[in-house]
Amino acid sequence: MSAAEEAALATHRRIMLQGLVRTVGMLPVLVILCILIHLLTIYVAGEGRFLTAQNLSIVAQQASINTVLAAGMTFVILTGGIDLSVGSILAASAMIAVIASQDFGNLGVPAAMATGLFFGLVNGALIAFVRLPPFIVTLGSLTAVRGIARLLGNDTTVFNPELPFAFIGNGSLVLVPGVIAIPWLAVIAMAVILASWFILRRTVLGVHIYAVGGNADAARLSGIKVWAVLLFVYAVSGLLAGLGGVMSAARLYAANGLQLGQSYELDAIAAVILGGTSFVGGIGSIWGTLIGALIIAVLSNGLILLGVSDIWQFIIKGLVIIGAVALDRFRLQGSART
Amino acid sequence: MSSPEPILEMRGISKTFPGVRALSDVQLTIYPGEIHALMGENGAGKSTLMKVLAGAYQADPGGEIRIDGKPVTIDGPLAAKAHGIAIIYQELALAPNLTVAENIHLGMEISRHGMIDRQAMAEACSEVLKRLGATFGPRTLVADLSIAERQLVEIARAVHARSRILVMDEPTTALSSRETDRLFALVRQLRAEGLAIIYISHRMAEVYELSDRVSVLRDGTYVGTLGRDEIRPDTIVRMMVGRDLSSFYKKDHTAGVRNAPVLEVRNVGDGTRVRGCSFTLHAGEVLGLAGLVGAGRTELARLIYGADRRTSGEIVVGGRPVDIRRPQDAIDAGLVYLTEDRKAQGLFLDMTVAENLNLGVIGRDARAGVLNRSKARWRAERAIKSLAIRVASPEVTVGSLSGGNQQKVLLSRLLETEPRVLILDEPTRGVDIGAKSEIYRIIDQLAKSGVGVLVISSELPEIVGIADRVLVMREGEIAGEVGGDTGLAITQENIIALATGVDRALMAAE
Repeated sequence: MSAAEEAALATHRRIMLQGLVRTVGMLPVLVILCILIHLLTIYVAGEGRFLTAQNLSIVAQQASINTVLAAGMTFVILTGGIDLSVGSILAASAMIAVIASQDFGNLGVPAAMATGLFFGLVNGALIAFVRLPPFIVTLGSLTAVRGIARLLGNDTTVFNPELPFAFIGNGSLVLVPGVIAIPWLAVIAMAVILASWFILRRTVLGVHIYAVGGNADAARLSGIKVWAVLLFVYAVSGLLAGLGGVMSAARLYAANGLQLGQSYELDAIAAVILGGTSFVGGIGSIWGTLIGALIIAVLSNGLILLGVSDIWQFIIKGLVIIGAVALDRFRLQGSART
Repeated sequence: MSSPEPILEMRGISKTFPGVRALSDVQLTIYPGEIHALMGENGAGKSTLMKVLAGAYQADPGGEIRIDGKPVTIDGPLAAKAHGIAIIYQELALAPNLTVAENIHLGMEISRHGMIDRQAMAEACSEVLKRLGATFGPRTLVADLSIAERQLVEIARAVHARSRILVMDEPTTALSSRETDRLFALVRQLRAEGLAIIYISHRMAEVYELSDRVSVLRDGTYVGTLGRDEIRPDTIVRMMVGRDLSSFYKKDHTAGVRNAPVLEVRNVGDGTRVRGCSFTLHAGEVLGLAGLVGAGRTELARLIYGADRRTSGEIVVGGRPVDIRRPQDAIDAGLVYLTEDRKAQGLFLDMTVAENLNLGVIGRDARAGVLNRSKARWRAERAIKSLAIRVASPEVTVGSLSGGNQQKVLLSRLLETEPRVLILDEPTRGVDIGAKSEIYRIIDQLAKSGVGVLVISSELPEIVGIADRVLVMREGEIAGEVGGDTGLAITQENIIALATGVDRALMAAE
């Protein structure tokens, strides 16, 4: 074998290795976190409380809403944008879901999702056509839509004890009766992840999303309709926030415009970044986002199991996010931009 | 007119970048009170030499810079400033959000008790501004000034810093003719005050009017210096060009000058940088588009392609008028454009070779929006083979490839769309010599297969070597044409004459 061929092969191997590291991403962190928390519960409580079927089902349930929001956020961040309004959109959609269900039953679900889609389209239109910076636009809608959410219920909590789609929030998909039951919330989250993966990796639109995030100028020159891509990603983010509103309302039989979804956007962004998606756009995967959302959920659940106070949970979660990304950065030094 | 003692002597200056020798044993001697023009083609090394003088680059060991006869080391911009050297770049280095006085004092602010003394700064420069004939005051915001006025601020900064050597890099590019006249008067005034001015320009008329002496660089080497009496446009042109055509320009296709037109451009302009450009490109023809940097070649190409907004004119592709408003319209009509800046505007560096290469056709190949992955793989493998792109696998990211291979990936993205018209903007910029000749071969093959190719290039030998006919642009307009039926031979001299606006009769007289 010639020297040149050897060098080419070495390059090839390096690239493959980098690809592998990028794909696996934060998975090791998630696994280590699970094992560590399980061992700590044994140490603290005398028995392993984390890795049980019941607790894992709770974790999946807790992770699901954030996963759905983070999936939408992944689309947005892949284009180099940001959507700060998802928490507020979730609240407004949940209000609509509950209010509509009082008179129209199950129609509350499409009504809520249409609400989310509408706000997402407004965000997208301002960003794609008026060319305002995403941060500013969604910061504005974070505030404005929160106000709308409060307005919808006259600033009260709306209830529907007869909520027809409450099973979404509290029921499970029973695969093997008495043995395997998956919460519907988790099923929905998984379906959203799979659909997102399909769009991002198997469709023309997906390639265009990566292209716009990677190099917007080049995308425009290659004939990609950049405006359509931007409109799409913010619409998806809004739609999924609407779905998050449905999930949230279904779980609580109620919605409150003021409290619901507060700072959810930050958890969603944290999940995306933990998942290795580049903040400047163009690099990232939906699987990374799933792992990121799971890390956040596992951490919250584990700290509660360990009896850590609410205040310390915040501090530890924040540090873990920074530490995990720093670790990732260190590992991929030179090859990745976050 | 020159005093006996040179203020600046540069001797044996070489500068090597990885893989490229930008300057080789260059010399330059400047006297106080002279306007010394520095000329050369794009890439001849003028800017590099000036960056060495400014301390932005370090010359290779072995060269020498003397100021007032004493050897000096210029190891950074501050050292250059300390030696009285000031450079005014084409891209003005002013902070638009600050006032004139603040800009003039940038880095040497006047302070009292640690607080900035705006009053003193304004007073200090109002005198300089007045002397230079400024019509604005020291407290004006730079953002409110015109380009010419901003230039004046830069000059004032140099004068205020007691600079003795002033380098001006293409100062008139963005000026109107009246502003240019005013600038010339100012430059002459500075000369009278004893400053040495190094004036870089492409415009023969300016150099002829303004300069006392002219030095010419070519391919990073020093060609010679002409005194005031020896300055003649044709002599300068010959000094700038004078090299052999390299043998690697391929021309296997028969010049398609008489074939059916594939692209007709009529009176296209954007109202400012490009005005009333018309030309015809035939099937199987390689049409060169030459001109100096800033002549509007790229701007014209972008207008045709729909990348920028056109304010006038119409475009006919393959005999059918096309209303091109955005790149997609051009692509649909079979007209594609290779950008001059492949990293910033062409490639997706984090995406794979296969993805980059398929980007233009994934929509066509897809079924209901779902990617056709086997077709994409097939296209990638075919393109890698036919354009001899050297990659370990189609799945490597484009950012990891060499310039030449990146360019081939970008080119193959365009070719996959099977265009009828190909506009190539500086197709061999930043590409090694091997890839260059391969790109020439590809262009030749395309012309042979009936594609109309418009090649924009700043490298004259390249244009002369590959084009069947050459359009020359000057200041936003098509100044003329050589080759084809014009009766003018495609030579570097003829192209430069058109590009710089030298009287053709003068050229013929020699």
